[in-house]
Amino acid sequence: MTLPATVAELVRDFRANGRIVIVGASLAGLRAAEALRDEGFTGSLTIIGDEPHEPYDRPPLSKQVLKGWVPADHTQLPRLRAVDAQWRLGVAATGLDRATRQVRLADGEHIPYDRLLIATGTRARQWPNPTEAALEGVYTLRSRDDAARLQQALAARPSRVLIIGAGFIGSEMASVCRELDIPVTVAERGSAPLVGALGGVIGKIAAEMQRDHGVDLRCGVGVSSLEGDASGHVRRARLSDGTTIEADVVVASLGSIRNVEWLEGSGLAAGFWGIGCDAGGRAFDINGVVTDTVYVAGDVARQPHVLYEYQFLAMEHWDNAVLGAEVAAHNMVNLDPDYYPYLLLPSFWSGQFGVNIKSVGVPPFGDEIVFTQGSVKERRFAAAYGRRGRIVAAVTFNNGKWLEHYARLIEQSAPFPPPPPGWDQPEDMNPMPAEFPAPGVPTAIPDVVLTGHDPSERRAEFRPRRR
Amino acid sequence: MAEETPWQQALRYANRANPYPFYEELRKTPVAPQPDGNYVVSTYQEVVQLLHDTRVTSDGRKRGVPFSNPFEGTVITTDPPEHDVDRRRMMRHFGPPECPHMIAGFEPEIRRIFGELLDNLTGKTRIDLVDEFAFPGPVTVICKVLGVPLEAIPSFHGWIETALDGLDFGPEANDPEQQRRAAAVPDAVTALRQYLGDLIGQYRKQPGPGMLSGMANDDGPEGPLSQESLVNNAMLMLFAGHETTVNLIAHSVMSLLRHPDQLEKLRRRPELIVPGIEEFLRFESSVQLWPTRSALEDVEIAGTTIPKGAPIFLCYGSANRDSERFENPDKLDLERPDNQHVGYSQGIHYCFGAPLARLEVQIAVGEFVRRVENPRLVEDPPPYRRNQIFRGPRHVWVDIDGIRE
Ligand SMILES: Cc1cc2nc3c(=O)[nH]c(=O)nc-3n(C[C@H](O)[C@H](O)[C@H](O)COP(=O)(O)OP(=O)(O)OC[C@H]3O[C@@H](n4cnc5c(N)ncnc54)[C@H](O)[C@@H]3O)c2cc1C
Ligand code: HEM
Repeated sequence: MTLPATVAELVRDFRANGRIVIVGASLAGLRAAEALRDEGFTGSLTIIGDEPHEPYDRPPLSKQVLKGWVPADHTQLPRLRAVDAQWRLGVAATGLDRATRQVRLADGEHIPYDRLLIATGTRARQWPNPTEAALEGVYTLRSRDDAARLQQALAARPSRVLIIGAGFIGSEMASVCRELDIPVTVAERGSAPLVGALGGVIGKIAAEMQRDHGVDLRCGVGVSSLEGDASGHVRRARLSDGTTIEADVVVASLGSIRNVEWLEGSGLAAGFWGIGCDAGGRAFDINGVVTDTVYVAGDVARQPHVLYEYQFLAMEHWDNAVLGAEVAAHNMVNLDPDYYPYLLLPSFWSGQFGVNIKSVGVPPFGDEIVFTQGSVKERRFAAAYGRRGRIVAAVTFNNGKWLEHYARLIEQSAPFPPPPPGWDQPEDMNPMPAEFPAPGVPTAIPDVVLTGHDPSERRAEFRPRRR
Repeated sequence: MAEETPWQQALRYANRANPYPFYEELRKTPVAPQPDGNYVVSTYQEVVQLLHDTRVTSDGRKRGVPFSNPFEGTVITTDPPEHDVDRRRMMRHFGPPECPHMIAGFEPEIRRIFGELLDNLTGKTRIDLVDEFAFPGPVTVICKVLGVPLEAIPSFHGWIETALDGLDFGPEANDPEQQRRAAAVPDAVTALRQYLGDLIGQYRKQPGPGMLSGMANDDGPEGPLSQESLVNNAMLMLFAGHETTVNLIAHSVMSLLRHPDQLEKLRRRPELIVPGIEEFLRFESSVQLWPTRSALEDVEIAGTTIPKGAPIFLCYGSANRDSERFENPDKLDLERPDNQHVGYSQGIHYCFGAPLARLEVQIAVGEFVRRVENPRLVEDPPPYRRNQIFRGPRHVWVDIDGIRE
């Protein structure tokens, strides 16, 4: 047999008889399973998830669910096709043995695999003081159960909600509180909401939006401690500027932690920012050698991006999970030269204070910003981010239909500033510094992070923040 | 005389039934300058790119030579921010977030309308698909949506036909006969504008059912539509709200009768009507081209520079048959994956009425297939109407064996 014929035979055989295990039964895990079947994989498929629920969708949790429009358990992800898998829900994977190709489960079972997809995502960073975090009325928001509990707390009409951290999810929660006419304070250590993700120029606009809607927004302050009453319910927060805030619901929105602990000892390049993998989703080991059997997708993946100088990007975005899963699934059942690369431009949306915010590209990669369309005053505009004379990202407020235009410019590495529009020109079209916080300055963690060029990322160690 | 370009040939009336071979030729030059100074864009990628380009205007007044057309002063011929504000003022009465249930709420009525049209065919052995089914359904629906009395249908239908017949972008525009048709357009448009202006005036005095009354009496967060804008957009909706849908229903049935395997498949799996109508629209686009755009700056695209001020024609009908985007584009496939056609355009002018059109055509074609026994095309191709934008057959004779319950 010729070599290509042998390769084709290998692929055919694997698709018919291979064993694939997916760890993480959420968006990336489900979409990968569906894509595998679409690719013609008919072998055995096992999906392991530590949550008891079938895969559900998280974006509505901080929006429609908190508002009380949609019950938390009505967020199931639509199934795009039958996946014919063995579902192991409610049991965590606790270890990975790459030598014997087995995943260890919390119940002691070992599941063998030929190819493994890691899609364990992230979890919410808890309030760092465990005693204070255990007070009744202190919440985080990541899972559907979190959302159900927090929704109940809001429905009980607390006297004031304190949100710690003004990233996208913190800001969305503040918006929901105002819609429900609940007094809310937002404490953010950075200079403005969303600064980590979108920079200070846009942060300023986000801050105005919050204040216009009656949010008590405090920037440049940290929360030093939480205090409870005799019954153990949170009542008060002390801020770093010496002030106190009376609140009976506190939500810690401090960013997320990658779920990689179970990979301890596996020899994979797993660290603070996730698991390093190549642009085709194949995991790196700690020596920077790519594996052929282990793949990564979704929030827990970190992969190099051609448009961003091949820096490893860690992206906590919905469509990153979907496309990453599809690419990994394709590559799991194909061989060179049929691998797909991952070529998605990061993009994100958020709804808050009646404004639909969308971004494309990697804003923190830029150091300049220019308003390109619309009116900042009317909160209906587009702005582009630039670095060294080329456009690297864009953001729109209530102007999302133009995002594709900017995506194309970014893909083409078009010059920055981009050509002015023929109509609807903003008053000020001069580029200005985008005002991203210098590395190391505390703020809510942005959800697209450039994590350097080192596949194993051994320099980045987890160090809890001091508060 | 210089040889005609593929575009000019595609526009000839004789080629209305099948412009596709000319489009294929045309796509060899994705952005093709024409002798009359127009730039014709026929490939998918370039059409989509220009739909999202901020240097392209839809406003005819901003051209080198101002472009006057029956859609002046509507959302379809304005740019942001005016476009966005007026579109929101209209959308408040049509869809989410303010009216999320409006279209779904019409479903029973739409079913009843198309159901009755089919009932009326009982006992016939030969029908005109256009006059007896594809036309009366959508025109009744849009009248109810807008609040235009059904008695007005014959008169406004006449005005609209006159306006449609008079518009020609091709080599036949200067034929004396066509010039006569063109000369009749202004009066027809004036009559339609007058009629709708009066109707809206009455609704201002005495509110009634439908969107027109709603818009006339609305003082939303961004203020009311001006009387002029309201009348112009009422014309646009009345017109765009049925002409396109009529042609899609007629073409959908024709496509099925020309592809018995697909018809059979749809009979077996009626749920395929949902992806099916997207494929029908890709296959025979109701809006073949759109003529309102022009360049506000020199725009470099696909190796051509569209100079500042030049008119841009986007040929949706061709983009939807582009083999760079669609595998086997000339094949009808109800289950075509990733069918992101541009039949409703893209970007800010994306069809306002698409959710309504989808529902209507799904019901109409779904019910036709379910209830009409053994339909056969009598004449293929059927005679076409003149208009190049809103391409569709004038009559489609179909022989049938009966109407099921
Ligand atoms: C409140 C909220 C709002 C959001 N809003 C938006 C938005 O508006 N737009 C947007 O683009 N994105 C948004 N996101 C982000 C988006 O939801 C995520 O990017 C997406 O969920 C990532 O999917 P994933 O499958 O990679 O990871 P996850 O959804 O985190 O899933 C990982 C799964 O693996 C499980 N798991 C972890 N460890 C183990 C283990 N050891 N064994 C077994 N199972 C394990 C986890 O419990 C989880 O079920 C939002 C997220 C949240 C929480
Ligand atoms: C099959 C049916 C239909 C098709 C194929 C269709 C197609 C289109 C297309 C291609 C455009 C964009 C034109 C451009 O390039 O600028 C458009 C715009 C528009 N359509 Fe439709 N249409 C259909 C039905 C309807 C209906 C039922 C309505 C009724 C309300 C409607 C109202 C509009 C309006 C108001 C616009 C202008 C939108 C804007 O400029 O923002 N259409 N349509």
